[in-house]
Amino acid sequence: MTVLGHLEDIPPGEGRTYDVHGEMVAVFRLRDGSVRALSAVCPHRGGPLADGQIDHEVVVCPMHLMAFDLTTGCSLSGQPDLTVYPVTVDADGYLVIASLTASEVPS
Amino acid sequence: MSGTERLRSEPRREDERRAAERGQAQPPRLVVIGNGMAGARTVEEILSRGGDFAITMFGDEPYGNYNRIMLSNVLAGVEDESGIFLNDLSWYTDNGITLHAGRRISRIDRFAKQVYAEDGTATPYDKLIIATGSRAFVPPIPGIHRPGRGYHQGVFAFRTLDDTRSMIRYAREHERAVVIGGGLLGLEAARGLQNHVSHVTLLHAMGHLMNTQLDAQAGAILQRSVEQLGIEVVCDAMTTEILGKHAVTGVKLADGRVIDCDVVVVAAGIRANTEVAAASGLVVERGIVVDDQMRAQDEPDIYVVGECAQHRGETYGLVAPLWDQAKVLADHLTGRDPRAAYHGSRIATKLKVAGVDVASMGLKEPERDDDETLIFSEPRKGIYKSVIIRDGRLVGATLVGDVKKVAFLMQAFDRGLALPEDRVELMFDLGGPPAEVSAAELADDAQVCNCNGVTKATIAETVHGGCKTVSGVMDKTRAGKGCGTCKSLVAQIVEWAAGGAVEEDPRASWYVPGVPMPKPELMAAIRTHDLRSVSSVFAKLVPGGQEDAKSKMGLASLLKMMWGEDYVDERDARFINDRVHANIQRDGTFSVVPQMKGGVTTPAQLKRIAEVAEKHAVPMVKLTGGQRIDLLGVPKEKLPEIWADLDMPSGYAYGKSFRTVKTCVGSDFCRFGVGDSTALGIALEERYQGIEGPGKMKLAVTGCPRNCAEAYVKDLGVVAIDGGRWEIYVGGAAGAHVRKGDLLATVESPDEVITLTGRFLQYYRENANWLERTYAWVPRVGIEHIRAVVVDDTEGLAAGLDAAMDASVAAYRDPWKERAQPATPGQFRTSLPLVVLPQVPVR
Ligand SMILES: Cc1cc2nc3c(=O)[nH]c(=O)nc-3n(C[C@H](O)[C@H](O)[C@H](O)COP(=O)(O)OP(=O)(O)OC[C@H]3O[C@@H](n4cnc5c(N)ncnc54)[C@H](O)[C@@H]3O)c2cc1C
Ligand code: FES
Repeated sequence: MTVLGHLEDIPPGEGRTYDVHGEMVAVFRLRDGSVRALSAVCPHRGGPLADGQIDHEVVVCPMHLMAFDLTTGCSLSGQPDLTVYPVTVDADGYLVIASLTASEVPS
Repeated sequence: MSGTERLRSEPRREDERRAAERGQAQPPRLVVIGNGMAGARTVEEILSRGGDFAITMFGDEPYGNYNRIMLSNVLAGVEDESGIFLNDLSWYTDNGITLHAGRRISRIDRFAKQVYAEDGTATPYDKLIIATGSRAFVPPIPGIHRPGRGYHQGVFAFRTLDDTRSMIRYAREHERAVVIGGGLLGLEAARGLQNHVSHVTLLHAMGHLMNTQLDAQAGAILQRSVEQLGIEVVCDAMTTEILGKHAVTGVKLADGRVIDCDVVVVAAGIRANTEVAAASGLVVERGIVVDDQMRAQDEPDIYVVGECAQHRGETYGLVAPLWDQAKVLADHLTGRDPRAAYHGSRIATKLKVAGVDVASMGLKEPERDDDETLIFSEPRKGIYKSVIIRDGRLVGATLVGDVKKVAFLMQAFDRGLALPEDRVELMFDLGGPPAEVSAAELADDAQVCNCNGVTKATIAETVHGGCKTVSGVMDKTRAGKGCGTCKSLVAQIVEWAAGGAVEEDPRASWYVPGVPMPKPELMAAIRTHDLRSVSSVFAKLVPGGQEDAKSKMGLASLLKMMWGEDYVDERDARFINDRVHANIQRDGTFSVVPQMKGGVTTPAQLKRIAEVAEKHAVPMVKLTGGQRIDLLGVPKEKLPEIWADLDMPSGYAYGKSFRTVKTCVGSDFCRFGVGDSTALGIALEERYQGIEGPGKMKLAVTGCPRNCAEAYVKDLGVVAIDGGRWEIYVGGAAGAHVRKGDLLATVESPDEVITLTGRFLQYYRENANWLERTYAWVPRVGIEHIRAVVVDDTEGLAAGLDAAMDASVAAYRDPWKERAQPATPGQFRTSLPLVVLPQVPVR
């Protein structure tokens, strides 16, 4: 169990990147209140997925607009698929990833 | 799989038994071996003729029929696997076809009229169609196979969806690929692999690329274009060995050279799949020999279609001939036209090879002394054209890089039309009315889409059948859905067939893809329901309230324009550039461009920029095309600090918004200047800075018709002319698309320029579709109409437009002031692990 930070750190409909044991994880807060976590680096040319735009199904990489399924990580444009991480929000509103410890990317 | 297949075929037998009991005639049993492009197409043609057969299809591949041509696009990552299926499983069920996908036929018993699958099951037929296609030819190069275990690790063929999938999976994790074979397939493979590995080398055993279709000169020009894409090409390269013990590490050439690589794709040609036919006693040479009805030699009930067929000594390796074959066979089998006969196909191809347009037909080089040849070659632009004429008829043509004349040439070639006296007209449009052979002139049975075998007549019938939108016709006929080179011709034919009554595809008129409304309706609905945020638009106007990521940015721009200060700004609706007011670069850093009105600066400003660049070790400082200074390579988290240090307003070099006004020196200093372009440029930028719109708006003001500021090719360009007057041009462009603007008006004073500019921009903002630049919008709407509205105010809109623009101008805030307090939590927090991103080199 790893606490990444508070849900309120992510504005609704946006994503933020977390460094989870050296692994870069993009966490998205959907407008319906649910959250998704995926590998943060676009497999196409390394675009920052947390800067992408999302809806309830997909995230669109800001670099070349390749789309990925938020829930399965599957590429919708012939790229390699993304890793999906199990992320939840606990009772106090903290983002929790199963069995990993995290530190935020220094800013 | 076989369990469900059996289940599915059970009811049919039951039906048949009952039918037999009732004494009804059963439809004859038609079995098809091979569920590829030719087999499935033939069945479609049979069904469309109302053919009554009990159809069973066997396919070696575990899928429904897909468009093999599109594998190139799948490899290149521009098409989803799901998008290439031509017949999905429901098509088979809906048409009562029993499909055995993933089951190979190993033997035909011609006497008992049965086929045997590899699992031993037998299926009886009354009529049999063999459509087994081809497979990749893999030359016997030492090291290419692992004894007893297929290809060596890292070696791939390129023929099937499974080939493509495994190639992608492997290539992703490797770095350097070699493609053996410089024909169509090899070039497509090389281009596609670039999407997955960093280095691609193409080895071709012959002297020039695509040597079966092109002469040496055309091949050389194609090679240059391909090399410009970053593919290394080696011709005359005989591969003698594949190196590597456990996996491929390189290939060796006859001259001793070794090319390191970890992926090898073999695209050295194809061989017809004829083994089953040969083993079953059919006559086989290079393909299975057929007569003009596509009947196997001496076999009254066995037919052959597609790449595995050999007709009059020819086998084919492209799809166009198999469309013809499928039609003849269907006419014959259904009795629709008992005299239907296939006479062979004249191969005229039009392809996109590795992104380069290539067309070829007939001879590639003159054969007789009196053959007339015309050659035009412009290697710098990658253009090559040649035509060969014999006895006044076109007998060969090759086009590389520019295929505008291809429809006309194909027609002349197919039909032996008389050629224009000015032979050069075969290659170019010389003045006069345009262009491509007009839709009306085209013969009915002329093939428009080669990839999917669609004729002009089919398109016209579809239109007459009631489908009057271009995209609707494309969906129905599949025309234009292969390589895409024929799309504009398809559109012209639809227009012609609809007699001007073309209906826009409703989707084509939507402002953004995710909200089903054209812009005027959308704006009306937004006003009626008082929708001030992007999420409320989705909730109210989209059935089911479905959000769409790709529509958010366009909606945000529209709402901002409509509501100004009352817009409810949801940050997630913004594209990253608009969230952080800077332009994202390939390495995930940003570029910072301070405002420099009219391209005029001061020593103090320059000093400040220099100091900031030095203090923050900005990796690159560059002058932009819009006469400003660009600080490149700034990490997101540093943006607020840099803005604070610069203390200059944003130059908006990142948004779909008003960008800059480029100016020339103007009358103050210039010897030629007739109007003060600099002052006017500054005034325009001062007023319209940062105004968002459906697309970028780049302006210029130039002080005399010498046009130093390139005003003719701007979204709006102003040119000073003699007598203190100013010309306003709109709809120009000089990017990927080049267009000279149309003259909107000539006015007497700078004030009028400022007013008309605002009115024009506002009319554009309110009416253009999302991402539709003025160069597309102005010709679409028509300059006369725009002039009527903007200059002559014939519709009484001017006052409203001016007021709306005034409101937008008043609502303007410099976004770079948003730095003391981030607008959202973590607004400027880094999103990128810098470690893995390709870093832009420091200069
Ligand atoms: C990557 C790629 C790009 C191409 N691009 C173009 C292009 O741009 N333009 C163009 O005109 N052409 C192109 N082609 C060629 C085109 O795809 C072929 O001409 C066309 O697919 C031939 O159709 P077919 O039905 O004869 O063979 P196929 O489509 O190969 O179908 C034959 C089917 O039969 C099956 N089969 C074989 N043996 C058996 C058996 N014993 N039992 C059961 N099933 C069997 C096979 O598995 C296969 O599914 C391209 C081909 C490839 C591979
Ligand atoms: S880097 Fe993500 S789409 Fe290109």
